[in-house]
Amino acid sequence: MTMPTAPVSTTVAPRSAPPPSGGTSPSAGRFSSLGGRRSLIGWFFLIPAAALIFIMNFWPMFQALLLSLQVGRGANLSFAEPLWFNYERMLSDQTFWMTLGTTMLYLVIQVPIMLVLALILANILNNPRLRFRAMWRTAIFLPCAVSLVSYAMVFRTMFATDGLVNDVLLGISVIDSPVNWLGQTTTAQFVIILGLLWRWTGYNMVFYLAGLQNIDRSSIEAAKVDGANAAKTLWYVTLPQLKPMILLTAIMSTNGTLQLFDESYNLTAGGPANSSMSISHYLYEISFVGNPNFGYAAAISYVILVIVAVLAAIQIKVGDKRD
Amino acid sequence: MTKQTWRNVPRTAFLTVFALFSIFPLYFMVVSSSNTSQEVLGSKLLPGAHLIENFNELVIAQGLGAAMWNSTVNAVGTTVLALLVCSIAGYGFEVFHSRNKDRLMVILLLAMMIPFAATMIPLFQLFAEFGLTSTNIAVILPAISVPFVILLFRQSARSFPHEIVEAARIDGLREVEIFLRIFIPTMRATYAAAAVVIFMTAWNNFLWPKVILINEAYQTMPMLVSNLTAGYVTDYGVLMLAVLLTSLPTMVLFLILQRSFAEGITGAIK
Repeated sequence: MTMPTAPVSTTVAPRSAPPPSGGTSPSAGRFSSLGGRRSLIGWFFLIPAAALIFIMNFWPMFQALLLSLQVGRGANLSFAEPLWFNYERMLSDQTFWMTLGTTMLYLVIQVPIMLVLALILANILNNPRLRFRAMWRTAIFLPCAVSLVSYAMVFRTMFATDGLVNDVLLGISVIDSPVNWLGQTTTAQFVIILGLLWRWTGYNMVFYLAGLQNIDRSSIEAAKVDGANAAKTLWYVTLPQLKPMILLTAIMSTNGTLQLFDESYNLTAGGPANSSMSISHYLYEISFVGNPNFGYAAAISYVILVIVAVLAAIQIKVGDKRD
Repeated sequence: MTKQTWRNVPRTAFLTVFALFSIFPLYFMVVSSSNTSQEVLGSKLLPGAHLIENFNELVIAQGLGAAMWNSTVNAVGTTVLALLVCSIAGYGFEVFHSRNKDRLMVILLLAMMIPFAATMIPLFQLFAEFGLTSTNIAVILPAISVPFVILLFRQSARSFPHEIVEAARIDGLREVEIFLRIFIPTMRATYAAAAVVIFMTAWNNFLWPKVILINEAYQTMPMLVSNLTAGYVTDYGVLMLAVLLTSLPTMVLFLILQRSFAEGITGAIK
């Protein structure tokens, strides 16, 4: 909770110069011109950030909605007849359904595994008796410092048909002939999932570590004194307190997976036959490759927007449930 | 061995396996950057003698210098401006707190939920309209105001003692001076954490630069890396060197600032 000690925060702007969207607060008891002036200054602190977000995020979002109702190529756009033409087109677009399905597959397989792994790792690393904690943490977080394009290329090289992974597997006789990892649907999708786990588990772990550090250690000690084992302490004491953090990471990961592009584009190039292509990658293809169709692409982007919003709403609802 | 030590065995084993999984691709990237394409595919796991050769190939054929310069300008520009704009806003939301400002903050946070896919085409059209495609401005502007970073600064400002603000006001400091001379030095850890996040995101950004930087001369490091596999034959040694050079700045930055990074994140989510 915010506990502003400065009286400024509850004062009201002078009537002569009202701030942009009104700096008034119903709870304000005093009308001091000094406080009003400060509230006005406060708004000036926010204007650059707010204006940029409106121009760079909200305005284009609104434009995309208009665009999704239009047809035509290049700059020659006109409103479609019927207006929902682009949305109707999606129903019979097999590539759309395939890429959406693939993206959902990445989401339901990768995100839960990653979050559980991150939780386990954070829990182990949070033990003050563990030695070399900083070293472990750095090692596990370091993949996050690598760009998505770079790691996609490293994985692509390691999983090449004549690459390292096949050499090792052949060497220890797990397989008898090289696997064409990136040339088959299932294995290509597997490599992308593995790559995502490699890149993002440490990132989520840092959020859990930060969350764990804010948990009162005495509640954990108390559980131990009461005879709870490690698993029970984790389940009944630690996890409930980490709930907000788990919610945050779940939403961030869902959002990130639905926007997956770099890996799909660079690791598997969407192949074979578009079967590992993400929905954002397909959207890019429609928008900027060959004969661009901005209207249809905007319609697909709105579907992604709605899915993100619905999944976030569900997660917030589930995460907020009081026992 | 004591009971405690035995209990640590599975934990340490798990940590070791995961740490190796995390580090190995990085090790492979480092050693491969000095090997030839055949050696990389031949799974050579020791440093080779072809680092200079790979480097020359990158500099001459692929325009390494230009890509490094473009990435640096974009990432540094974004970081400096974003730190400024977001920290000012975060400070404003907390120190000049009011209900309407809270409402605005909630609206700004909603922007986090907008997938980039939904804004990409109109953004492209917007910059094209102003003749700003293939410019640094077009790369930097959309990345300056980040709701997550504003939130980070607002949450951190909560631990910033308001008594200091009051005392400074009584001493006759102007609001801007309080921000510049007291807030910024006190919040060093938060600035470090935010800088790591912003710089990494900006340096590693791929899709938007790819869309907006139509002119090849403006390509960034991730674009250069991506283009290396566009030909018929990929030189894996050169590719791994490019990958390594793209990763070094963000990895070094993280290693230098990691203590502040952890502190900043922890301080922000109390």
